[in-house]
Amino acid sequence: MLRGLWKLTWIEIKVFMREPLGAFGTVGFPVLVFLVIGRVAGRNLPAPSLATSSFLRVGLPVLATLLIAVSSVISLITIVSIYREGGILKRLRATPLRPQTILTAHVIVKLALTAATLALMVLAGKRYYPIGIHVPWFGFTIALLISTLSILSIGFLIASIVPTARFAQPIGAAILYPMIAVSGLFTPINSMPPVVQTVARLLPMTYAVSLLEGIWRSDAWSAHIGDVAALALVFFACIALSAKVFRWE
Amino acid sequence: MNNLRTPRPVIQVSGIRKTYGATVAVDEVSFEVYDGEIFGLIGPNGAGKTTTMECVEGIRKPDRGTISVLGLDPFRQVYKLQDRIGVQLQQAQLQKRIKVWEAVDLWASLYKKKPADAERLLDQLGLGDKRNAWFMNLSGGQKQRLFIALALINDPEVVFLDELTTGLDPQARRAIWELVRGIRERGKTVFLTTHLMEEAERLCDRVAIIERGRIIDIDTPQRLVDRHCPERTVVLATSDPAAEERFRTIPQIDSVMRSDLQFTIRGRGDDLVTEVIHCLSESRIRVTDFRMIVPNLEDVFLKLTGRSIRD
Repeated sequence: MLRGLWKLTWIEIKVFMREPLGAFGTVGFPVLVFLVIGRVAGRNLPAPSLATSSFLRVGLPVLATLLIAVSSVISLITIVSIYREGGILKRLRATPLRPQTILTAHVIVKLALTAATLALMVLAGKRYYPIGIHVPWFGFTIALLISTLSILSIGFLIASIVPTARFAQPIGAAILYPMIAVSGLFTPINSMPPVVQTVARLLPMTYAVSLLEGIWRSDAWSAHIGDVAALALVFFACIALSAKVFRWE
Repeated sequence: MNNLRTPRPVIQVSGIRKTYGATVAVDEVSFEVYDGEIFGLIGPNGAGKTTTMECVEGIRKPDRGTISVLGLDPFRQVYKLQDRIGVQLQQAQLQKRIKVWEAVDLWASLYKKKPADAERLLDQLGLGDKRNAWFMNLSGGQKQRLFIALALINDPEVVFLDELTTGLDPQARRAIWELVRGIRERGKTVFLTTHLMEEAERLCDRVAIIERGRIIDIDTPQRLVDRHCPERTVVLATSDPAAEERFRTIPQIDSVMRSDLQFTIRGRGDDLVTEVIHCLSESRIRVTDFRMIVPNLEDVFLKLTGRSIRD
């Protein structure tokens, strides 16, 4: 059905890796930062109190995960708009390639890079963060996949409507990063001002954080059906909207 | 088209109209492209060439009118159609760092039909030694040849070429013309757009002149010139004092102008030149220069639209 999908995906991965900062910027740099922080924090942190320990144990991994996911999504927005501006999307479209094949290939590339970065981080971080041994990795991966797809769908909606490639990155960043700020990762939702609480409850990032933190803590999936439903709702709504407003050129 | 059989239309466009907001890009455009010919849509930038072509390719949907390509509706049956046509788009790009062979390999995998021999195609197009080069490092001519390769990879029945040689130097342009003639020789139909009148004249079997979204006339380049610009001009130089008087007796002439030893004789019809030569030989007039000025498509365009195509 999706003729050319794997070939296109593989080519997109190779093309990305040939970018001057492609591999290092996306995969290497986050891992490096993670290691440096790990060294510094590992030496200087006092015996963790209950509060800091909770953030270190649950919040920090989730934050790192989300930051990587968001940076992939922003890079997806940028690539789609560069491809549109350069006429690459149009050129691909004038072949039997289906639009959904082109977009799926990019999503797979981004998911693969996110997964590779995280896997490297977990491997590299073992020395510094004695956490994560009891983390249900399989469940967490599924939770991350659901969350990333949901954030990606927002990314697509943004990519569908940003006017030029120059605006893609700043607009993407301006929309996605504040979502993390009010997601309940740093401050519990209930202790936020009422207006911010309302906003937070409308944003998918809030549900992504709740789901990821929960699964990391080994909660049962049944406790997070609401989160999954909210993320799925966002996903389908954004995909449907993108399909309507997407511009090929 | 020298063949005697009735030409079979492979593209039929009837009364299409396309607007972008308040701008009418294409209006009441109708034409047919016959099997095995090179058909050119010519006109200045912004005349509606690309819009028309993209409607025929199924990339755009006209607001009104009908199009049939190989018996298919290009918009509703776009995937079926794309299997059987090859497309080169104006100012298209590929991924900067995609290699030539990767692009060809990807394209080859997209079609149901057994693809053309990719290696041979690259060799034929002079890209054999560039197969490992990144797209961004190719010259303008090489990029265009790669796009031709991609347009031919599925051994298509109809090939669409939009402003194929824009931005190329004259040498690269001539090489591309040779390639396009080669496509026709393989029995394929070529539909191209250009704003270069020389390109249309040298390459196309038939052309349609489009301006401001409307088609003004369709025919072979020669017949368009004959119909709209029958004027012929002969410029010659002679020191014979009796010459001017003799020239005025030539049938079919409109005017004889003289400046120093140079005469400009204007008239109409293909016979003018013969008549001038006849007059020279009969009166034994010795000439030191003899040139004809034959109108071309550029003059036809100027005459039909009242403006130069380069404006």
